[in-house]
Amino acid sequence: MQQPGRAAEIKAIGIGKSFGSFRALDNLTLDIGRGEFLTLLGPSGSGKTTFLMILAGFVQPSEGRLFSDGTDITDRPAEQRAAGMVFQGYALFPHMSVEANIAFPLKVRKKTGAEIKKRVGEMIERVGLVGHEKKLPSQLSGGQQQRVALARALVFEPGVLLLDEPFSALDKSLRGQMQAEMKRLHQETGTTFVFVTHDQSEALALSSRVAIFNHGKLLQVGAPDEVYDRPDNRFVAEFLGEINMLPLKGVKPADNGSTGLCEDRAVRMNCTAEKVRGDAILAIRPEHMSIAREAAAGENGIAATAIASTYLGAATKLDLTTRQGAKVTVSVPNEVAAAALGKGNSVWLTWPAEKGFLLPHGGQ
Amino acid sequence: MRGVLSDRMGAALLMAPLLLFLGLAYAWPFLGVVKWSFTLPSPGLGQYEALLTDDLVQSVFIRTLRIAAIVTVVSVVAAYAITVVWVRGSPAQRLIAEFCILVPFWISVLTRAFGWVALLSNRGLINTWLQSIGFISEPLALVRNEFGVIVGMTHFLVPFAVFPLASAMRSLDDRVLLAARGLGSSRMRTFWTVFVPMTRSGIIGSAMIVFVFSLGFFVTPAILGGGRSVMIAELIYLRIFQSPDWGLGAAISVVLVLFVGALMALLFRYVRPKQLI
Repeated sequence: MQQPGRAAEIKAIGIGKSFGSFRALDNLTLDIGRGEFLTLLGPSGSGKTTFLMILAGFVQPSEGRLFSDGTDITDRPAEQRAAGMVFQGYALFPHMSVEANIAFPLKVRKKTGAEIKKRVGEMIERVGLVGHEKKLPSQLSGGQQQRVALARALVFEPGVLLLDEPFSALDKSLRGQMQAEMKRLHQETGTTFVFVTHDQSEALALSSRVAIFNHGKLLQVGAPDEVYDRPDNRFVAEFLGEINMLPLKGVKPADNGSTGLCEDRAVRMNCTAEKVRGDAILAIRPEHMSIAREAAAGENGIAATAIASTYLGAATKLDLTTRQGAKVTVSVPNEVAAAALGKGNSVWLTWPAEKGFLLPHGGQ
Repeated sequence: MRGVLSDRMGAALLMAPLLLFLGLAYAWPFLGVVKWSFTLPSPGLGQYEALLTDDLVQSVFIRTLRIAAIVTVVSVVAAYAITVVWVRGSPAQRLIAEFCILVPFWISVLTRAFGWVALLSNRGLINTWLQSIGFISEPLALVRNEFGVIVGMTHFLVPFAVFPLASAMRSLDDRVLLAARGLGSSRMRTFWTVFVPMTRSGIIGSAMIVFVFSLGFFVTPAILGGGRSVMIAELIYLRIFQSPDWGLGAAISVVLVLFVGALMALLFRYVRPKQLI
């Protein structure tokens, strides 16, 4: 999006896109920092891919402006933006060898033969494709094709690399490997990466920031731990992983946090109750709750009955029901789960005050 | 495996009536023609020998190949342009292209040939118009020669050339074209370096179909060639119906069928039959 070799800084202001009566993207304002690894996360149809296509220049926004390093690029066609792009299914040129695929963007830029040869060679080495130079894409494995796509998108040193669900076709172990490789490429090139996925674990593992989309709206942007531990709303909380939701009454601010009644027991949250008063929802991740014989006075805790357990290897998932009938899932060490199920099933669930957060009652 | 087998059995059963019909109505009579080529007027290889030495037969063969080659190139190029509009144009463009492709199929080859005569002859539409605007003083020789034959044949064959190309263009992944543009390639460059090479199988299939069709053309060259640019099918007709030289006519037929058969075999090494429709 600017001179080669420099990471781009992108500003999207009030971007919207309608396809007929369908609102694909609504009033999106987002800054993408120089050299950051931003993931656009959301279910299909949430607008994340539309935004990526707008960044690439393949889709023209219905309203809003897009800036790259301070220059308005909203009306600039894709071939002049030249963001590196890795497509779902890779979109390699099937009639060209690995070498020719990677050389394509350099040839378009009329680089000299010697320079093309040198840079393609370096790129092939960097992505570990030495020995495959003359092969056609159809002769490569999925992982190798993925590497060609990455090499082709990075060889001309674009200011930003856009990736559209690049790993969706790979099996799990290969995915992990490619994710690590992509992280390495991000560090080595220093380029801005914008990555689209619907896989929340992938998003949390890779990115410096995650932007969560639903129904064409950007719901929250933040560092992985920020959005995971302190989601703004119910959708983000649920989309990023399993979460327990307990009804809370009489929520009110207290020194450096808030208090409320959970199943007639006073509980404390470190987060402030700015947006919610009275009735609310207390959300806690399964791995943040523990099983105890009893809860001490002043400690957050509710009584529950263990119903079933699922052995997951490293830990056990334990399903419980509270006295008032709320369903809770916790992730606990295997022997704790066995013990909880063993002694009459009646236990206490406890959690530290900083791990519970408030969501507005009802609504999304 | 069982699924594949029963699929094949099913396909074979469905094909059986057609194969039977082709066998009885085409292959069996053709064997008679093969027999004539070896027995008329006297048994032996005399007719094939004559094929190799007869100047007229050879010049007709060469003319046929030349016309077929030109018609193939012109038809495939024209069909390519039409198909791009048909497959990738706006809805309105698609509709117009589809109309242009399908309408010729509803008009008989004879009508079309005479239509071209009306357009191209000395006092036809084109010559009178060009003369009236003073562009030419003498009418151009547009018909009763090779030019007229090529125009008429191209017009007939372009719609046939469209289908293999459309099949190739439809199976092309749009993302590959987007990728090319995203990597900095202009629309023009993307067309020539990505789009055209990726539709290669369609181009081969289309060219083969047009070429093979061209070799056997009879009505169009007979009318638009006006007897002056005789093609191979017309020569066979003349040998059998006008000069009683059945043996030579039969021998030319056999050579033509073998040549076309060899071309088809070559075609199916590169292109699957499915890609042609």
